[in-house]
Amino acid sequence: MRQRVLPGFGLSLGYALAYLGLIVLLPMAALAWKATGIGLGGMLHLLSAPRTLAALRLSVGGALVAALVNVVIGLLVGWVLVRYRFPGRRLFDALVDLPFALPTAVAGIALPTLYAPNGWLGRWLEPLGIKVAYTPLGVLVAMVFVGFPFVVRTLQPVLASLERDVEEAAQSLGARRWQTFFRVILPMLAPTLLTGFSLALARAVGEYGSVIFIAGNIPMHSEIAPLLIVQKLEQFDYAGAAALGVALLLLSFALLIVVALLQRWSSRWAEASR
Amino acid sequence: MNPAVGRRKPGLTRRLVRLALILLALVFLLLFLVLPLAAVFVEAFRQGVEPYLESIRQPEALSAIRLTLLVAAIAVPLNVVFGVAAAWAMTRFEFRGKALLGALIDLPFSVSPVISGLVYVLLFGAQGWFGPWLEAHGVKIIFAVPGLVLATVFITLPFVARELIPLMQSQGSEEEQAARVLGASGWQMFFRVTLPNIRWALLYGVLLCNARAMGEFGAVSVVSGHIRGLTTTMPLEVEMRYNEYDYVGAFAVASLLALLALLTLGIKTLLEWRYGDELAAHAPGGH
Amino acid sequence: MTLELAHLHRRFAGFGALDDVSLSIAPGEFLALLGPSGSGKTTLLRILAGLDYPDSGSVHRDGEDFLATPARERRIGMVFQHYALFRHLTVVENIAFGLRVRPWRTRPSRAKIHEQVDRLLARVQLEGLGGRYPAQLSGGQRQRVALARALAVEPDMLLLDEPFGALDAQVRVTLRRWLRELHEELQLTTVFVTHDQEEALELADRVAVMNQGRIEQVGPPEQIYQQPATPFVCEFIGKVNRVELRRTGVGLAAGGWMPEGDEPWQGRYAKATAYIRPEQLSLVVPPTLPAWEARLRHVYLAGSVAHLDLYVPSLDQTLEADVASEDLSRLGLQAGRELRIAPRSAVLFPHDGSGATVDRERWIWLEPDRVHA
Repeated sequence: MRQRVLPGFGLSLGYALAYLGLIVLLPMAALAWKATGIGLGGMLHLLSAPRTLAALRLSVGGALVAALVNVVIGLLVGWVLVRYRFPGRRLFDALVDLPFALPTAVAGIALPTLYAPNGWLGRWLEPLGIKVAYTPLGVLVAMVFVGFPFVVRTLQPVLASLERDVEEAAQSLGARRWQTFFRVILPMLAPTLLTGFSLALARAVGEYGSVIFIAGNIPMHSEIAPLLIVQKLEQFDYAGAAALGVALLLLSFALLIVVALLQRWSSRWAEASR
Repeated sequence: MNPAVGRRKPGLTRRLVRLALILLALVFLLLFLVLPLAAVFVEAFRQGVEPYLESIRQPEALSAIRLTLLVAAIAVPLNVVFGVAAAWAMTRFEFRGKALLGALIDLPFSVSPVISGLVYVLLFGAQGWFGPWLEAHGVKIIFAVPGLVLATVFITLPFVARELIPLMQSQGSEEEQAARVLGASGWQMFFRVTLPNIRWALLYGVLLCNARAMGEFGAVSVVSGHIRGLTTTMPLEVEMRYNEYDYVGAFAVASLLALLALLTLGIKTLLEWRYGDELAAHAPGGH
Repeated sequence: MTLELAHLHRRFAGFGALDDVSLSIAPGEFLALLGPSGSGKTTLLRILAGLDYPDSGSVHRDGEDFLATPARERRIGMVFQHYALFRHLTVVENIAFGLRVRPWRTRPSRAKIHEQVDRLLARVQLEGLGGRYPAQLSGGQRQRVALARALAVEPDMLLLDEPFGALDAQVRVTLRRWLRELHEELQLTTVFVTHDQEEALELADRVAVMNQGRIEQVGPPEQIYQQPATPFVCEFIGKVNRVELRRTGVGLAAGGWMPEGDEPWQGRYAKATAYIRPEQLSLVVPPTLPAWEARLRHVYLAGSVAHLDLYVPSLDQTLEADVASEDLSRLGLQAGRELRIAPRSAVLFPHDGSGATVDRERWIWLEPDRVHA
């Protein structure tokens, strides 16, 4: 006799589940199943190959560093956009989302134009001994680019709602500006920064389009894991591609879980008292 | 702040620090974000307007544009219907496994685009689960348009749902209950109460979903097979031309995509200014 | 249209919202569901509206199963706590909504709808505001729009969930009177939920006092106030003094005072609690009669009424008494004055062995006829 007041529970949930099943779960199952095709030995052999290891290290390590860089720059940009008033602020604010809106292939071919040894910026960096394009540094630049909006956008609403009186209280207690920042503001922002960090990380680990053009894709040096997957596919090594894909997925999930745990710890003060 | 107290005029050092921070942020934004955008247009017009127009008028370019529009025209509506259904189920009912469903909706965000394409190759490719069966029945999914659509649908799946769920959560269901008590049927309630309340957030989600759908590269690249004129979308055409050292051609097509990005940003900003309170509190990076 | 609610049970995760609730609602009646938050009153209202369903029990309307009727077919007008106005529709469109969503066979013509909406706008005194959006209205105006919207569908019954909860005190009183007049005019069965006992007593024909998912008492306001059925009703409705009585040689007594008359329990209980309303305390009792010696500690003047704090050493307890302000000087009531005080009436509940009160053994005690100062 019990009825639901609002209609459409079966329809909406059924449709959503069927859709997710077909679009996400079934393909993911195929990935996992195909990866087992090369067996445990094959898997270990593939993953312990120096070229695989180097690519995974670059994708994961680069993404970690890029996310960290984004936390620092994102904090700066977010702070400036929220706290200060200056001409053109709204325009710059809108621009923050550019890396998100700009197709990765477009960013991908624009970056080498800037950072190649004879490029717009490259020609000034070259004499200083800084090589960006076709090096791991280039990979990092592309990863910072695609991950940039995440930290700023997570930070902005939190910064805007941060109570000014806490800062004023710190100052009234004799704290200097920088002490207020490092002892009061930064710890309060830590959970948010970690959220932004993990979003930027997730995006950068698997990034492909904006990286491959500037990377130069030199094996053992500037070759990223997703590219290795594409190469396996082009050689019709489906099982190898699947195994590599699973490895990359598991690695990034493990990282994201660690960040989530860190975040829970850093926001322990925000838990509602019970 | 108490106006009677008034704020102390900031000291010289503080003003200098503030100025330095602003300059630093702006220089970064200019060098890091604006410069690549400028490079696209400068390179596209490097040899003048004529070669630019010429390279866009080429049949491969036109077919890439058509294909990109087609793929987006299929993928976006599919994800709109899914997004509305998922948001309705998630925000209006209690059921077991809700958190899992939410995580599943977000999953495509943390999967590499290349893997998003790969999974469909493993399903429908020649060596895939359904490959042999499809081949026997003459159906082509991988290296054909259906594959492009599937990969795009996967990549853009969360956008609409992610935009709607927080908004519908915060709006609550009282208005819909009122509509029911007043005698509205399910669809009347949906079209007269629910939809008007979420329209701007829906548009916002569609906008982001569309931008990603038209610009997707990695996933599409894996399932496309790069058959000129048949399975190359605009981003793939950009890649192919670039690899053939046709820089003007590559940047010309890229400039169209960059325009799309600017248009997206423009409408997005407009929506945020005008209807900010009817959009959900924004999750980062536009999702 | 008579509604019969029988043995309704409803549990939510962790707590029981309704525990064996039975109630009948007569045609044209104005009924208040009164209780603290979590007492189940809103759940009961939502079950009537078809927005929730009981785990067991039944609701019948003139003998037919009301629960089997979906919300949209119950012919009910509901005013939600926060009004739930459609924020994207104007006042006129909000009011017309229920008529416009009818199937075309039963839908009134545009002209009819227009006419009906105009009539309702006049009735709720919102002429000229029809083109506004809910966000452009004051709280009191929104409430009236919600009411007009509920009335537009010509319901058989009107349900209101904390109708005055979101309004400030002044608007509240005006709207209360207005709602009462509206009810007298329409004679529409009306059920409203409130946690404000003053509101319930002033407005309703009948009040159902609810506590922890049960109905403690149903009755007309005077009865609820003067003959509360349970200790909960005593304490929830109005202010009350609580005095513990113990059995002595002569009967149940506390600190020199005892209820005179025939005790109905005939000595079965060793203890009882007496509930005494502040206005039922006599302040100048002749020395010949049993009373409490008390010292007047404070006088709080609250307009036409004065609240007195009286300390009774023999009880080691402070009692509160209310008197009309003009009596203050007539009786010479100043702080520090010593008085002899005694109840004129009280409601007593005995204690069983475990110390809990026995509700069904209530004793409504009235002072024996006697001439007082």
